[in-house]
Amino acid sequence: MNTIDCELAVIGAGMAGMAAALFAAKRGLEVVQIGRPLGFSYASGLFDLMAVHPVAAGKTWEDPWACIEAVVREIPRHPYAKVTKDGIQTALTELESLLKTAGLCYRSQDGLNAELITAAGTVKKTFKIPQTMWPGVAALENRHPCLLVDFQGLREFSARQIAAVCQNRWPNLRTIQLPFPGDHAGREIITGEISARTIARPENLAALARAIRPHIRDAQAVGFPAILGLEEADRVVADLENQLGAAVFEIPTGPPSVPGLRLLEAFSRQLPRQGVRQFLAHHVLAVKPQPAGGFRLEVGGGWAEQIVRSRGIILATGRFLGNGLQADYLGIREPLFNLPVFQPQVRRQWHRMKFFDPQGHPANRAGLEVDRSFRPLNAAGRPAFEKLHAAGSILAHQDWTRMKCGTGLAVATAFGAVKAFADRCK
Amino acid sequence: MKTQVLIIGGGATGTGLARDLALRGVRCILCEKSDINAGASGANHGYLHSGARYVAKDPATAKECWEESLILKKVAPQCIEETGGLWVAVQGDDEKYAADFPQLCRRSGIPVQAVTPEEAHRREPNLAEKIIAAYAVPEAAIDPFRLSCENIQHAVELGTMLLRGKKVVEFKQKNKRIEAAHLLDTRSGEQTVVETEMVVNAAGAWARQVAALAGARINLVFSKGTLIITHHRICQGVVMRLRPPSDGDALIPGGTVSIFGTSSMSIDSPDECYPTVAEVDHIIGQGAALLPVLEQTRYIRAYAGVRPLIGLAGGDDRALSRDMALIDHSADGVENFISITGGKLTTYRLMAEKTADLVCQRLGISTACVTRTAPLPSSPVCRWTEPAFAPKQWLQKNDPGDLIMCECELVPQSAVNDIIRSIAGQTDGPKLMTLLHHSRLGRGACQGTFCGIRALAHFYNMNKVAGDEGLTDLKTFLQHRWKGQRPILWGAQLQQAELAEALHCGLFGLELQPGESPV
Repeated sequence: MNTIDCELAVIGAGMAGMAAALFAAKRGLEVVQIGRPLGFSYASGLFDLMAVHPVAAGKTWEDPWACIEAVVREIPRHPYAKVTKDGIQTALTELESLLKTAGLCYRSQDGLNAELITAAGTVKKTFKIPQTMWPGVAALENRHPCLLVDFQGLREFSARQIAAVCQNRWPNLRTIQLPFPGDHAGREIITGEISARTIARPENLAALARAIRPHIRDAQAVGFPAILGLEEADRVVADLENQLGAAVFEIPTGPPSVPGLRLLEAFSRQLPRQGVRQFLAHHVLAVKPQPAGGFRLEVGGGWAEQIVRSRGIILATGRFLGNGLQADYLGIREPLFNLPVFQPQVRRQWHRMKFFDPQGHPANRAGLEVDRSFRPLNAAGRPAFEKLHAAGSILAHQDWTRMKCGTGLAVATAFGAVKAFADRCK
Repeated sequence: MKTQVLIIGGGATGTGLARDLALRGVRCILCEKSDINAGASGANHGYLHSGARYVAKDPATAKECWEESLILKKVAPQCIEETGGLWVAVQGDDEKYAADFPQLCRRSGIPVQAVTPEEAHRREPNLAEKIIAAYAVPEAAIDPFRLSCENIQHAVELGTMLLRGKKVVEFKQKNKRIEAAHLLDTRSGEQTVVETEMVVNAAGAWARQVAALAGARINLVFSKGTLIITHHRICQGVVMRLRPPSDGDALIPGGTVSIFGTSSMSIDSPDECYPTVAEVDHIIGQGAALLPVLEQTRYIRAYAGVRPLIGLAGGDDRALSRDMALIDHSADGVENFISITGGKLTTYRLMAEKTADLVCQRLGISTACVTRTAPLPSSPVCRWTEPAFAPKQWLQKNDPGDLIMCECELVPQSAVNDIIRSIAGQTDGPKLMTLLHHSRLGRGACQGTFCGIRALAHFYNMNKVAGDEGLTDLKTFLQHRWKGQRPILWGAQLQQAELAEALHCGLFGLELQPGESPV
């Protein structure tokens, strides 16, 4: 069987895995990354850093750094307690610069959280915002008169819903429903690769602009579901702005999320150029720690097709959806290394009676406990392996959906884990 | 508003009664505080009892079930799947009970046939290996949503007025009679007054509360039963454990799924009815000896219903009568007030008949009951709860513009529109829960995560909701789905729940939005 030797194997291809592969490559490490990047269709494209604490009080913060300080003070086991502000900033800068190379620009509001509307019509506070959504921030802040566009057949996105839900906060919203450009008229439109590429074709974009122009009237900006092109979305949006003579912004949607797919596109194009060997159609089927140190990974689609030997591992396999954690009716376990998982004692404590309970569900804070170098601990409370590090949502003591810290957590802990590994290799 | 009879409660009994009375030419208003089958009528096993369950302890009930099941198979075949059933005992079960069973069935007139273990395994491959006795009995599954929907549709066609989302809050009484009832619209808060000659309390587990409004008393004990729904159908027919009635005894097919249960536990109030982790573990533990598959299979949700049992609190719920109670409240000093409660889904028609007989006697109407023989008409709008009906319709229509709202159960927009039309005038607007009660939307593996979003967007596009009330509706709907998922969240279903939370909390931040009705 084909064998590859490397210094670091990154297991997982979500945001944490991609970020870890990038940080490691930039530090001159030979990196192999294995995992299916299915998580990106669920990624809104927004970079949450930290916005809600305490979760039970539903208190939202404009300053994510102050929020992180409070979290670290009051939840000392939160993974953010193991990274520094400098570290998070460096990590985000390195990430943004890679994405910029791929044509994806991110913006933020003076280092603070900004607000934008979601496809549900709710207002979300987040840290870094794709350029394609950025004009929506100013439009909301200034209550600019806007036109919201949706498409026949796009079932999950109703411009009317957004306008109705926002009517008190943002009264100057008008809406229009248009047939989807091209030959799709009336049929089901699924957000994703095909619709994003279809709409971006110059002839379709021009037809769309023609259909919208008579409705613009006093609108200073026009909002669309986030499907304005897969590659070069920034250029597609700029084109549309020119043709409409008004600002254009995208509104983040549920899965499959085009801005998430743009990130995947960018990572899978740019990381190999940084020297990362990616196996994005494969899983790690088994890992064997080697007597002399290091690991031997069996890698394949369904059966072992490839052996990867590495000195160290970053485990970024995510939670239940990513199979980083698995649950049966008796408990939660980590399937690759059988690492101890911090979790409530019994299943009836996993979830609260109300889905939207402000306190959040204890199962969501289950996960791996790690030392300051992000090494998962064994039952004795010591690092399970000298060079096994973990990053991202698999970590315990965080609730990223409620705290709104998903991307920040993934990127910051990936940075911390890679740095600890690199320091150890010196 | 004025009517001859005000029926309170839109469960199987209330809707059955509405049809029975309408067929006798009696003018009725039916008011329901939530929606059709929102109580126990929509939270049961979907089991049309042959009666075999009762042969040992209550032969009269057994006989009654058998006769009623025969009638329903004839008059309402569209609601019933005649799956047949197996009664099976495994090693360790009461051998005497198993040996006496066929004799006792015959005593109540229920056909029964011994089956070899090989034949039992051929019919139901998921049965445990070591079977000590097996009998085939003509059991069946019934769709309670379809049943009540058909009954109320027919009643409405015959002139009954249906008021959904209206709760009785007060009775105006004079000279030992109820002259009028005050109804509160649970959404708008508006009140309606209904003047009536008679009132029938068919509020099921809530009958005690309704009776109390008139100063009348009913002794009800609330027994909670918890059931779990498998991700796919794991039995061909009904599978019953052949032993004295106990928990985790019945596996009933329901279209594309199977439903397993039940438990029995006293609760203080019908409003405290939800399934728990402990109950789910308990019934799986009880059932695994007969059906080892229960420990491996995927579940999509659990749910709990309240059996309103007549009697006094304390003691064993299973020992209490499953009998119906038809109560004339003249003794309590209210002459035109009747309560009907207790009983079971299988005998709902008989309960309605007996109640209607009493109502007619009091009103001086001599028309006889016809529901024993008159076929229950099949109304197109009631078919949306039928498994695979929606996708069949959708494929036949072949209209690419008819968007699928629920991808798990393939419920198209045309079905949603049909349901919205059918409830026009009965309530002040559709809710997501309406679609859940009247179609299969939200009942599949995603449990409303995506179809809730699609249906809500559609409501907004149709101008059926305004402002941010749709988000409250979505939260209520998701909470209702959550209640049933919580006890079975492991494996694939936990992954689903994680996805739901990433979307509804992570992205939309719905947990930070004000407003969620209690469920």
